[in-house]
Amino acid sequence: MPRTLVSLKPGESARVATVGGDSGASQRLMDLGLIKGTSIKVVRVAPLGDPIEISLRGFMLTLRRTEAEHVVVE
Amino acid sequence: MEISSSEPFGSTVVPSEAQPASSIGRMRIALIGNPNTGKSTLFNALTGLRQKVGNYSGVTVERIEGKYRSESGTNVAVLDLPGTYSLSATSPDEEIALSVLIGLAPGVPAPDVVVLVLDASNLERNLFLASQVLELGLPVVIALNQVDTAAASGIRVDAVELAMQLGAQVVETVAIRGQGIDVLRRAIERAGDLPLPTRQFRLPEQLFRAVQPVEASLVRAGFHPSTAAMEALRLLAVDPGGHLNGVEGLQVEVERARTTLTQEGFHTRAIEAEVRYGWISEVIAAVVHRFGSAGTTLTDRIDAVILHRVLGPIIFLVLMGLVFQSIFSWAEPIMGAVEAVVGALGAAAAAAIPEGDLQSLVVDGVIAGVGAVVVFVPQIAILFLFIGFLEATGYMARAAFIMDRFMRGVGLHGRSFIPMLSGYACAVPGIMAARTIENPKDRLATIMVVPLMSCSARIPVYTLLIGSFIPPVMIGGFMNLQGLTLLGMYLLGTVAALVVAGIFKKTLLKGPSQPMIMELPPYRLPNLKSLLLGVSQRAGIFLKRAGTIIFALSIVLWALATYPKVEVPAGVTPEAAQELQLAESFLGRAGHAFEPVVEPLGYDWKIGVSIISSFAAREVFVATMGTIYGVGSGEDETSVTLRERLQAETDASGALVYTPLVALSLMVFYVFAMMCISTNAVVVRETGGGLKGLKWAVFQFGWMFALAYGAAFIVYRGGLLLGLAG
Repeated sequence: MPRTLVSLKPGESARVATVGGDSGASQRLMDLGLIKGTSIKVVRVAPLGDPIEISLRGFMLTLRRTEAEHVVVE
Repeated sequence: MEISSSEPFGSTVVPSEAQPASSIGRMRIALIGNPNTGKSTLFNALTGLRQKVGNYSGVTVERIEGKYRSESGTNVAVLDLPGTYSLSATSPDEEIALSVLIGLAPGVPAPDVVVLVLDASNLERNLFLASQVLELGLPVVIALNQVDTAAASGIRVDAVELAMQLGAQVVETVAIRGQGIDVLRRAIERAGDLPLPTRQFRLPEQLFRAVQPVEASLVRAGFHPSTAAMEALRLLAVDPGGHLNGVEGLQVEVERARTTLTQEGFHTRAIEAEVRYGWISEVIAAVVHRFGSAGTTLTDRIDAVILHRVLGPIIFLVLMGLVFQSIFSWAEPIMGAVEAVVGALGAAAAAAIPEGDLQSLVVDGVIAGVGAVVVFVPQIAILFLFIGFLEATGYMARAAFIMDRFMRGVGLHGRSFIPMLSGYACAVPGIMAARTIENPKDRLATIMVVPLMSCSARIPVYTLLIGSFIPPVMIGGFMNLQGLTLLGMYLLGTVAALVVAGIFKKTLLKGPSQPMIMELPPYRLPNLKSLLLGVSQRAGIFLKRAGTIIFALSIVLWALATYPKVEVPAGVTPEAAQELQLAESFLGRAGHAFEPVVEPLGYDWKIGVSIISSFAAREVFVATMGTIYGVGSGEDETSVTLRERLQAETDASGALVYTPLVALSLMVFYVFAMMCISTNAVVVRETGGGLKGLKWAVFQFGWMFALAYGAAFIVYRGGLLLGLAG
């Protein structure tokens, strides 16, 4: 089973392999630069456990676990 | 340091196909950029205070326009497009931005020049939108904004090189301090005389061949070849819709291109992002220079506290408490002052105009009507000052991050929290605040339930009824039954709002849940001028759009309560005369006609009249009760006279009209019923305006009335069954 963004702990980094899932969400993520090869880092998890905050290309982004599940990392 | 980098074009000025706009003394420009680039601040710096806020036809996407006169005397109309990360047109904002730029938005002519605002401190992601905008066949001027913030975090952007790379003028700006604005204005004026920017990268051969037929069908439909190329690339990922509806054969060509590319091993949905970001990496390598160490930033350090697991929610609750407190009680003295001024105006008018219908119209109709409108302005101003401040500093996105999990429980977005909280003070600013929710269905669901939160106008109703009919007994030694009843009313409304929102999101407003893909922008100090401008725009929108409707309806209501005139027998007190007049007026007759409707809830016709009159505004209930029970309309909810009068009221058979059960049923009715013309008017506007908005407002009125009636019925009848009548 491929590793996804959800499996990363705060402080861990990885490279994006594919972005899938709901077309609206994945389109937005790709427009923001979350594409194959992009280096991302999980910054923190929200106090209630969801969403999560990641950093990429010099900025901070939040997404829910349901969206992060479709981001396969390597 | 302000430089304009038009050097790349220097002596090779080629006239573009567009007519130089300056020759006719008028031009239209559009501002586009990512959210959090300082675009709105730049817009304010360009246009000053001359701004107009409206909606694009049919959608609740804000249309902000302004103008300025250039050095050479050209009148420049400026359109501030919604902040977007791309032109993929997957959200209403993106669809509007794209269709405006290519001249296909109804009622909005295409701009002569596009001003593209890029955040120098976050250039890489900003360039995605830039690469799309540069392909639209329009003159583009780039405002490289926040060069100061970039420098502070060790980033220097080579503006001259950037202009070379993008094929467009680049002007460095610090909009928040007004730096670079004059240079930008000059660059805008000459942009039409320079060669049009074009796509700066080549597509891989296979991709180029595959999209050709898509481009061709768009060109046949009248699109600029450059725009067609941009659209074709976009359509590999996004289905043609919106402004592309009706382009013949497009869908077929798009499907064919996708099939071909998939067979050749491409991931079609990712192609556009991959080719654009591929080019962007090269540009970044050429123009961005980093100096100093990229250690933890100030934003990182603040977020370590603000988004801390334990401290984060505490800070959030304290801040929300402050917001709530401010709209609830800080606005009170200002509202009192407004009411005093309105009262003084009314008294002055009453003194100046001889007694009679004209005096009554001016004092009770016009002045009271205007007063009913302006009294909301302090709450709107204070709430939007807070929202503007939290938005501009970057905290709002953090609040949504903290609250998202909770709000999603009822199918809403983290951003629905503030509008709902504001509803406790007043639904009007709360509904206006729902604009910050991006997804139209989440926004509608929020607007639908905000009026269920017990607003401050319900307090007089609760106070009068609880004070008159709920005994002040202590429960468990420390809880007062009166206080518990009040708390119960607040809880009832809140729980109902969450439940109803959940129901709407599962039925009528069903749809894929809006992703929580949101940028956490770096913290910034807000610009006071922009903040105040935002507040005055909100107040202005309310006064103009909602105010006119409220004003008109107030006069109608006045007429209904005043006509037809009755002969008042000589010798009765003014209070008794008022009572008699109201009973015989259209409103009083409506109360009698309404009696069979409210009778099952335990109410008589007098309560019916009070309910009908408070469809204008809930607090009118108390004044109407005062009039109809002959103690005068000037009595407030704490009036002992009014309370004693209500407690003594008997029906024809001599039984008491008001029992604690009737009072409870009436309060429950007020928790749920939509009784506020101002809210109705704002809902019409905020759900799309016109007939569409009217339908939503009528629907909301309807279901809330049904809920109120049903709940009051259950309370009263259920109470009777349980033997609570006495």
